[in-house]
Amino acid sequence: MVSGNDMGRQATAALPDAGAPLAIELRGISKAFGPVQANKDISIQVKRGSIHGIIGENGAGKSTLMSILYGFYKADAGEILIGGKLTAIPDSQSAIRAGIGMVFQHFKLVQNFTVLENVILGAEDGGLLRPSLAKARRVLADLSREYGLDVNPDALIEDLSVGHQQRVEILKALYRQADILILDEPTGVLTPAEADHLFRILKGLKDQGKTIILITHKLREIMEITDTVSVMRRGQMTATVKTAETSPEQLAELMVGRKVLLQVEKRAATPGKVVLEVENLSVRDENKVERLKGVSLTIRAGEILGIAGVAGNGQSELLEVLGGIARGTGTIRLNGVELDLTGKHSDGQSRRAQGIAHVPEDRQHLGMIMDFAAWENVAFGYHHAPEYQKNALFMDNDALRADTEKKMARFDVRPPNPLLAAKNFSGGNQQKIIVAREIERNPDLLLIGQPTRGVDIGAIEFIHKQIVALRDAGKAILLVSVELDEIMSLSDRIAVMFDGQIMGIRDPATTDERDLGLMMAGVAGKAA
Amino acid sequence: MDYATLLQILDSTLRLATPLLLACLAGLFSERAGIFDIGLEGKMLMAAMASGAVAALSGSVWLGLCAGIGASLVLAALHGIASITFRGNQLIAGVALNFVASGVTVLIAQRMFGQGGRTPPLTGDARFNPLTLPFAEELRGVPVLGPLYAEVISGHSILVYLALALVPLSWWVLYRTRFGLRLRAVGENPASVDTAGVSVVALRYAAVAITGVLCGLAGAYMATALQAGFGREMTAGRGYIALAALIFAKWRPWAALWATLLFGFFQALALRPDVVEAVLRFKVPVPALDALPYVLTVLVLAGFVGKAIPPRAGGQPYVKER
Repeated sequence: MVSGNDMGRQATAALPDAGAPLAIELRGISKAFGPVQANKDISIQVKRGSIHGIIGENGAGKSTLMSILYGFYKADAGEILIGGKLTAIPDSQSAIRAGIGMVFQHFKLVQNFTVLENVILGAEDGGLLRPSLAKARRVLADLSREYGLDVNPDALIEDLSVGHQQRVEILKALYRQADILILDEPTGVLTPAEADHLFRILKGLKDQGKTIILITHKLREIMEITDTVSVMRRGQMTATVKTAETSPEQLAELMVGRKVLLQVEKRAATPGKVVLEVENLSVRDENKVERLKGVSLTIRAGEILGIAGVAGNGQSELLEVLGGIARGTGTIRLNGVELDLTGKHSDGQSRRAQGIAHVPEDRQHLGMIMDFAAWENVAFGYHHAPEYQKNALFMDNDALRADTEKKMARFDVRPPNPLLAAKNFSGGNQQKIIVAREIERNPDLLLIGQPTRGVDIGAIEFIHKQIVALRDAGKAILLVSVELDEIMSLSDRIAVMFDGQIMGIRDPATTDERDLGLMMAGVAGKAA
Repeated sequence: MDYATLLQILDSTLRLATPLLLACLAGLFSERAGIFDIGLEGKMLMAAMASGAVAALSGSVWLGLCAGIGASLVLAALHGIASITFRGNQLIAGVALNFVASGVTVLIAQRMFGQGGRTPPLTGDARFNPLTLPFAEELRGVPVLGPLYAEVISGHSILVYLALALVPLSWWVLYRTRFGLRLRAVGENPASVDTAGVSVVALRYAAVAITGVLCGLAGAYMATALQAGFGREMTAGRGYIALAALIFAKWRPWAALWATLLFGFFQALALRPDVVEAVLRFKVPVPALDALPYVLTVLVLAGFVGKAIPPRAGGQPYVKER
């Protein structure tokens, strides 16, 4: 292994595109998990010094393919060539040795270690730490100068922002002499400004001759930064094209296999009377830390209010206190009637009875019980409904199953089997079951958090249409999402949250991502 | 209470704290690597029996010590196989081993010696005898410090001094070596170690093996130094007190020393209720003194004395995820 000091100097300058040598070539990679063919005969060529995007829906096999390249899984068939040489990658150690670095979607950092300790972990030079730490400190200083990767080497990971933690992951790879960097959904947790900074770093790395593979399901990122892009669908590579010669619409069609509406079609809102009034609402968490700081807002009938913000800025607490999961202080009025915030009518059951339906952010923990069947999940929260009771003692399970079947048909849940356990449905179909449960109760106010997180494009389109249809039926909707595109396209008004406060309210027609991004980062707007 | 009594109590504090300290450090290595070990008690008990038996048969305390470490390592290996290789529930594996040790030790001792589950009393070289440190007698005349040195510091078996030396050594290994860095990482976020190309399984087995050796020392100390031979259930919950001390010390070596000395002090007081009564001027029941370590640990866990945050991956088997 060459020492970290030589990093960068040995990297070749960017070569002309035509005839540039290949950094990676995969030939006929196949991988099956039981009966599921995750990757099927995949071949791909990535030129050195380029940024190659891999795009596809959830479950298309992107992550499996990259896990094979990083030695996490062994392919059933196929060959991997690194720099033109046939290379076996049975484990991560071999991948690192072959010059591959990976930045996972969920960072692999030790929270209570310093940046330096994380960087040297597994790449120490000897039995004692002191020399390794000193060397890493020097190398990190060089790297941060070279690529704009500024991080305090002595900071603890748990004190760093998500964007900085990601830089540590990139530094880890570079410290290990990686020439090929794989990033798995890197912008999912970043603010727009942090994402822009990341893209600048990636471009800098590319200019130094590094090869970058970017896995994402966001078309905008592919168009913005990649040179070439491969599209995966159901375990197969459907196309590899030059980014300059394609369009988001074409890529979306390749991903899904049919034309999709990227823009949600909706008429202008016709807001009616005020449904929800929130005044000076505050929530403290179990450590007595104030998470929601005196928020005030109103939503009218026939209107979608979108809450934008980086995850963890009070949106979850807002949903929870409105949905009756958390307790708070302040005033909430629904159709002019004040709701109980701390007493015995402050629970989810009472809220549902008052006409507030809630599609929680964390589908798998708050929205469903994964081991229970679909028909049981359809009953949750509404199990006291009179039509589900046979008599005073017993529930009418037959009626419940029949009702579930109807809901499944209307919401196109696949497979339409009420007896199947929730965990056996895909993320999109799980979400459809929950949305069906909540929307079909015809609530006055729908709280919906991350409606399309982990949901494939086809289902996203469907769920978006249902939300708009509910609005057009004259209902009030509070939408919380970390996906700015979703907020922009669905909302009639956008409120941006930062640090438990609303920084401003914007009209989607007159704002843009930059404006919202600045408020999300807390640098613009005014705490209301 | 006069100075001589205080010295006596401090002397027994050190003697009683030693098995706690060894077991606490044993637990520290295991838990820092993410393997909870409630089976410290069982390992100590097994080591006490094996060392007592072998020392009695061979007449050599060193052979006894080796046998104790070996027996403890066998249980540690079983714990490792159950919780690392087969990803079983670490607490249940530990509890099971405690039960095994509790029964098997008496069974073997009874079968071998037929003395009601005890091993024969050890004498001479079959036991760790007190060492007199240099100048202990000469300095006895120095006021205050002289008797302290002669009575409290000097006059213990070699295992006491070894246990004390293990504190800085453990600190150094954990915080200054590559092995320590990886060990702490594997207890916090094993995925970070795995993606760095280092074996999670090997690291955790290494940690469990260290735990085995240290519990072996603790058990052997019980049977061959603190007392002269093995007796039924002779560890008397020390493995659990060591776990309590580990939480009290927030999984740090130096704090482990202070915590076990404190708990050892309580045990020393429990041996001298007359002194406690004389100082406090009312009678404190011995069980109340025995319970003090647990009461303190509950206070720590409840967050009254700072916050005890266990290693984040503790108790969870590592399953590689995508």
